[in-house]
Amino acid sequence: MTDDLIRRGLSRRGLLQTTAGLIGGSVLPAMPAFAEDKPAIGSYPTGVSGSAAFIGISVPRTGTYAVQGEDELKGYQLAIEHINEGHELIKKISPKTSKGVLGKELKFGVADSAAKPNEAVQAQQRFISENKAIMITGGTSSAVAVALNKLAQREHVLFVCGISGSNDTTGKDCVRYGVRQNFFGQTAAAAIGPVMVREFGKGKKAAYLTPDYTYGHTVTKSMQDFLATAGWTTTTNQVAPLGAPDYSSYLLNVANSGADVLINVNWGHDAVLSTQQAKQFGVLDKMKLVVPYQVPFIARETGGLMQGVYAATDYWWTIEDKFPLAKMFNEAFEKKYGYKPEWGAENAYVSFAHWAHMCEEAGSFNPPDVIKAYEKGETIPSLVGDVHYRPDDHQCVRPVIIVKGKQQKDMKNKEDWYDVVEIVPGEGLMQKPDAFGCHLGDYT
Amino acid sequence: MISWPNLVSQLFNGLALGALLALISSGLTIIYGTLGVLNLAHGAMFMIGGYAGFVTYQYTESFILAVIAGSLFVMLLGVVMERVIIRHFYHRPHEDQLLVTFGLGICFVELVRLLFSSQSQIVPPPALFQGITNLGFMFYPTYRLAVVGIVAVALGALFIILYRTRLGMIVRAGIEDSVMVDSLGINVYRVFMIVFGIGAMAAGFAGIVNAPVVSLTPGIGDDILVQTFVVVVIGGVGSFPGAILGGLIAGEIISVTSMFNPGYAYVMLFAAMTLVLVVRPHGLLGVQGRE
Repeated sequence: MTDDLIRRGLSRRGLLQTTAGLIGGSVLPAMPAFAEDKPAIGSYPTGVSGSAAFIGISVPRTGTYAVQGEDELKGYQLAIEHINEGHELIKKISPKTSKGVLGKELKFGVADSAAKPNEAVQAQQRFISENKAIMITGGTSSAVAVALNKLAQREHVLFVCGISGSNDTTGKDCVRYGVRQNFFGQTAAAAIGPVMVREFGKGKKAAYLTPDYTYGHTVTKSMQDFLATAGWTTTTNQVAPLGAPDYSSYLLNVANSGADVLINVNWGHDAVLSTQQAKQFGVLDKMKLVVPYQVPFIARETGGLMQGVYAATDYWWTIEDKFPLAKMFNEAFEKKYGYKPEWGAENAYVSFAHWAHMCEEAGSFNPPDVIKAYEKGETIPSLVGDVHYRPDDHQCVRPVIIVKGKQQKDMKNKEDWYDVVEIVPGEGLMQKPDAFGCHLGDYT
Repeated sequence: MISWPNLVSQLFNGLALGALLALISSGLTIIYGTLGVLNLAHGAMFMIGGYAGFVTYQYTESFILAVIAGSLFVMLLGVVMERVIIRHFYHRPHEDQLLVTFGLGICFVELVRLLFSSQSQIVPPPALFQGITNLGFMFYPTYRLAVVGIVAVALGALFIILYRTRLGMIVRAGIEDSVMVDSLGINVYRVFMIVFGIGAMAAGFAGIVNAPVVSLTPGIGDDILVQTFVVVVIGGVGSFPGAILGGLIAGEIISVTSMFNPGYAYVMLFAAMTLVLVVRPHGLLGVQGRE
């Protein structure tokens, strides 16, 4: 055959090049997967065919959750900057990262979701169609997270969930194409519940302020379920719409309920407003306040009303004494933005760092490969120690931090709002993988 | 089961809530009734009143000066807005008026967000009205009690302007038939400017008076605007007494419903509006034929 090829005009140099190519081709399958050898799915491989990969980010920049959305966005931006420059902190979490992800520079687009599912879905659909987003992210509302879960599964584009506290996100509304790093209703309740029973006693009466959507309902249910095991009862559950302009009527019901403890599940500005008005109505003088799902900046925004209040959170900056990566993150964040990061930014940063890790481990942006990398359940670093993702529901198993608002006289600086009471390991806080009805769905 | 102390508390709270809604809505309804312009920037003006008062309070620590500054600033803003933009839309379709005021509202909100960020800003109530008052049947924030009185005085002042002055007579005539007023030799456009300024001032005044009750955010006007529209529709578009009645009804509906099922408090408000539209399309105190 060689003679025949030469006879048809192929030079010796050409023959050598062809042979090298054939040998190279036979070796490739043993190497990490490249775009060319995987079937197209979602925005892959189109979205990564150039020198960059695009990420679609939708956070609330207006509305009730605007403050938290802006903070979350800062975490994403810092992570992208670090990934693109191969920052030391990213390398600690994703050791194979050099610059970019798999050598591709990360680019991103930002849309304002206003914490509304339809707006988030429209924006992300645009990012997928027009920018060929290889990954989408966003949250600060579980309603948005659940909607983006469904979009991700339908479009076969990975959704790395932003802030979302609902049990449903990795429960009954879980999808194969969605992963979540942060804590949620179940783990919040399992972490803060024992602290409440220890501090306030058994058999207490609780009143709830609950936002009327998946986040509020599931967090309140988890708290009620856990506290019922210690004989606690619910005197009233005041369900209010997202963005309620006034809580007076709800708080009158709370004030007249005879509760010992007010459990404020509201979030964002709703939490700030309802807490302030609880003070105005004298509710906080009559009963203890607990915030089971801590709201970034609530201590600052309520002007000291979180003093002595217990809360469960994903992250508080003073844990840097125990976790070197947290210290690195705090320093980098503060240098760039001029304030200590809260947990929205932490969750955003770590979620992206973990995604970079998984892509590098998979050696590909191919969504099923990246998902399978998550599903290996490998122990990986985070800012709060080692964590892993459960293959059954794509929920990160990670510690929950219990904080207590400091008295003003004890604050060492203007951002020293909380004492870290306890860092509760994640494994013991998790429900059984099928407890909330998760069925992940298909890869393709 | 009904708890009577709670019912009385909620009825009272509904009154306080309704008074504030009445004040905000009165500005909106006067502007619409006279100029025929549905001002979708009204919520933003309510918010700006709060922020203007907040800035004044930061410099002076005087709540009274904050109220004056908040009201006057928004009145001035309203006059400028009317002279520069709104007057060009009097003879254009309602859709254009809605779009331009909606756009202005967005610009105002985003400008405030740019200047102050989305974080909450607090204006404390004056020292005289801080704390809680024991009413016998309930404890109630003292400042909220004061707000009822402040709003009553403000609405009374508006009533006198509208019903006991020559300007008010012209405004009311303008609400009924602005073409006729114009043909009588009255500079109706000057009146329109004054009316827009008064309506804006009512929004600004409500914004700063409401500030100690809530915490200020750039989006605070968006939340209240929807309720304000409901109040205007229930009371009757263009009717000043209708705005007061609608405000009180809305406050009571929100408050009392929350006692039975808090999740339906705001739903019931819209249900009431729907009912009014079906039974009496021009609102409870509106006049048939008036836009």
